[in-house]
Amino acid sequence: MSQVRRIINTSFESLLPIVGVVFALIIGAFMLLALGANPITAYAALIEGAFGSQYSFMQTLVKATPLLLVGLGVCIAFRGGIINIGGEGQIIVGGLASTALALAMPSLPGILLLPMALAAGMLAGAIWGGVPGVLKAKLGVNEILTTIMMNAIAMQLSNFLLRGPMIDPKEVAAKTYLPQSAPVPEQAWLLRLLPPTLLHLGTILAVVLAVLVFIFLWRTTIGYRIRAVGLNPSAAKYAGINVPTYQALALILGGAFAGLAGAVEVLGVSHRMLEGVSGGYGFSGIVAALFGKLHPLGSIPASVLFGSLLVGADKMQRAVQVPASLIEVILGLVVIFVVSSELWARRQASKRKTS
Amino acid sequence: MLSEFFSLTVLTGIAYSGIRLATPYLFAALGEMFAQRSGVVNLGVEGIMLVGAFTGFAVATWTSNLWLALFCAAVVGIIMGLAMSYISVNMQAEQGISGIGMHLFGLGLSSLLFKKWLGSTKAITGFQPIKIPILGDIPIIGEIFFNHNILVYIAFLLVPIAAWVLNKTTFGLKIRAVGVKPEAADSLGVSVARIRYSCVTFGGMMAGIAGAALPLALINLFQENMTSGIGFIAVALVYFGGWSPTGVMLGALLFSLVNALQLWIQVLDKDKVIPSDFALMLPYIMTIAVLAFGKRTNQPAALTKPFERGSH
Amino acid sequence: MSKINRRKFLTIAGTLSAGAALTACAAPAPTAAPAAPAGGAAKPAAKQFKVAMVCPSAVTDAAFSQSMFDAIKAVQKDMGGESGLLLKYSDNVFQVPNAAAAIRDYAGQGFDLVIAHGTQYGNSLQEIAKDFPNVAFAWGTATDNFESKGLKNVFAYNPKAEEGGYVLGVLAAKITKSNVVGVCGPVEAGDAKTFVDGFKKGVTDTNKAAKVNVTYTGNFSDVSLMAAAAETHTKAGADVLTGSSQSVVGAIGIAKDKKIVWFGTQSDQAGLAPDTVGASQVYDWSGIVKEMINMINSGKKGAVSFETTLKNGGLKIAYNDKVNIPADAKAAAAAAAKDIADGKLKALP
Repeated sequence: MSQVRRIINTSFESLLPIVGVVFALIIGAFMLLALGANPITAYAALIEGAFGSQYSFMQTLVKATPLLLVGLGVCIAFRGGIINIGGEGQIIVGGLASTALALAMPSLPGILLLPMALAAGMLAGAIWGGVPGVLKAKLGVNEILTTIMMNAIAMQLSNFLLRGPMIDPKEVAAKTYLPQSAPVPEQAWLLRLLPPTLLHLGTILAVVLAVLVFIFLWRTTIGYRIRAVGLNPSAAKYAGINVPTYQALALILGGAFAGLAGAVEVLGVSHRMLEGVSGGYGFSGIVAALFGKLHPLGSIPASVLFGSLLVGADKMQRAVQVPASLIEVILGLVVIFVVSSELWARRQASKRKTS
Repeated sequence: MLSEFFSLTVLTGIAYSGIRLATPYLFAALGEMFAQRSGVVNLGVEGIMLVGAFTGFAVATWTSNLWLALFCAAVVGIIMGLAMSYISVNMQAEQGISGIGMHLFGLGLSSLLFKKWLGSTKAITGFQPIKIPILGDIPIIGEIFFNHNILVYIAFLLVPIAAWVLNKTTFGLKIRAVGVKPEAADSLGVSVARIRYSCVTFGGMMAGIAGAALPLALINLFQENMTSGIGFIAVALVYFGGWSPTGVMLGALLFSLVNALQLWIQVLDKDKVIPSDFALMLPYIMTIAVLAFGKRTNQPAALTKPFERGSH
Repeated sequence: MSKINRRKFLTIAGTLSAGAALTACAAPAPTAAPAAPAGGAAKPAAKQFKVAMVCPSAVTDAAFSQSMFDAIKAVQKDMGGESGLLLKYSDNVFQVPNAAAAIRDYAGQGFDLVIAHGTQYGNSLQEIAKDFPNVAFAWGTATDNFESKGLKNVFAYNPKAEEGGYVLGVLAAKITKSNVVGVCGPVEAGDAKTFVDGFKKGVTDTNKAAKVNVTYTGNFSDVSLMAAAAETHTKAGADVLTGSSQSVVGAIGIAKDKKIVWFGTQSDQAGLAPDTVGASQVYDWSGIVKEMINMINSGKKGAVSFETTLKNGGLKIAYNDKVNIPADAKAAAAAAAKDIADGKLKALP
């Protein structure tokens, strides 16, 4: 009996993000009214935009992919006691590195080039996350400060490369100077799974990685140590774990996943590096991971939920022609409500423990 | 280029701009410092700044009264700070993440209200420079330090005041206690919730003022998303400054001085020997480098940790 | 067709019929006069022309996005308001995949013309245009209409921003007393770059003694860094400033404070600071918008590249009467403009 109740309780708790979303949408409805739009039409468009057709649902999945990848990195880092807010910069360098590698070896067959380009993205992200990680481990520099600064540095680095060494030669020839790289060789593209939709192999890759991260965190020694460091650093230290090393590792892995997200965006969606490739995923990935209770497997449906909100909200803007900023307001409220509803879940959990 | 660079005009120019540019960072970071000393990280500073910037600009446009504009921005900051307090203290939300929510909310709201209420922007006449008598007439020094607008002076005057409140008053003692050992403070009868509420709300007010300082004291105009990262840098500067008002001020000054410096490098470097992108990276790299090789303080022990009575 | 689609269809149909009943004169002629009051209701209204626009910054940015928004609004007025031309738009879409989704969605909704107002949208547009051969697209600022890729439904438009840049450079060179002119660039790319290059040449061709200092802020939206850059220019002696992108509002605010002259580009920026903005190069797209509408109505959906120049009126120098610019400066500027139009003068180095 209590077993059943527990299952009901847990499943209700996992629905909490949806409750949070609903509350935010209710407030959003009043704002829509204030803007002279019909909330029912607007929200119908939101749902239609995210799930209404095969194309739009695949669009949601495409959007969910970088969120999931960044989110996986956030899960690892968070389990190690670190919030990785450097995702934006890590995505950018990941995209840059994978593009540079794919452009440098255009004659390589896809079977080699694609994995190498993905690995280059991961490596670059790992380095970008590793700088704050090592600075924290060796010199005790706070990672919030360094990751914020590293985001800005990555942005300028990208500006420099995309207007200088990496600019598409065609842009120079045409004197248009648009800051974007040449297209990456076609054999390095992530396979489109369901043309004409944009769904690509990266989505499956992300799901597979989610399972691997789960196994890594809960079934390997290194994963166990990362979690131990995050749960209680002093106890972990007492147990002989080198706390700074594992914190740095958590940031490096977090960076690697964000870097991979950048590579996947380039190789799966835009097929070249351009400005704005990070698109806020560095921050929204944190939110997606939170929706998934900072659990790698929970992040899968959570990324789809948040991805659907992003895709559906854009559709809503087009359907009822409200300013696009309303979407940011609603998303902000969603985040605040979901993160606040956690308390309720925690209270329930502790109640169960004591009873 | 090098000889030009060490001319008096350039050096005073860098110093003057550095001080002026530090103003919004300083307001926001001093407020955030109080929030963090009480144990709460508010990553939503940027969002509050944007709403403050819009409010300040809109009120100044409608009434031409700069002080009223500043006051309204402060009030809006207080309201958003109260919301943030409720989220962090009562709802015990994960602070890094709720701050991102607050940022998104403020970013959207400021643009939305701008589109709805103003639609277009026309320059206002902001706070004008006030030359301090006597001091302002000292060559070089006067030009660098004593010829700013009122908000610049206020921002820097707040530094010693903040230090005094934090280190010399009972209230400051309570703040520090709550940020390090909330259980102990609680057992001594200090209301952890009340202290955190006041600090986070104060931080919100300062963020609102910092935002309003942009249109009212620095730029005279409003543009959507005009803070473009200042709020996040301000949060980083609190870590940089080791949670002390002087440290925060030095951080804000360093960051702004290097920013002023890189702009001068661009102006003087006619042949673009140094790509502008690298010049633009300088402030960020310098901030990391100085902190990496400088002295560090430990963060308030209870930072980001919600407090619940009887749970310890 | 889902329920929602049907409802939307009904709304559109409703607007259409209401429009037909109310409009009198809405012939989408290129030279259409401003809408006359509804008089001869008997004349059947032309079909409502539907335009969708996607752009990277806010339509109130006083720069790139606003230039197109204002142009379409002007054409809409000429065509008798909403009943003649329906405009839907998505602004602030900086990220290309989001823009692609918006463009595709508008195309699928049966708009007659979908304007992808951002150079970065090009690659996605090429893919989308292939899937919607019956919808006309416009892309700018760009020179490639993808005809070579077999597409017949994409217009391209490009401003010769260096032309107005050159003319404003002549003005700047004439009015500067300190012989220092400051340029607040966002990034060295696109029409921002060609504008700056033209401006620099205009200054140095006119006044050999004048120095042009250039700074870049690295992005299109950092208003406060732009303000700091403008301040640095004034400290370095500049008494005339110019710059491009939506972030220049920061620089204009500083110019106003220092009581020096600002020259704008993209949109007419006089409204931002009436006592500061001496003149602006205005991207007036209304001519090509009208031309595209005519072509589409007569069955041609693309494969044309437009170029706006001072000569064809797509670029205009809009003076602001509230700022005093000496007559000889204006004369020199007019002469330069004429030489550029006649092909006697190259605006780019």
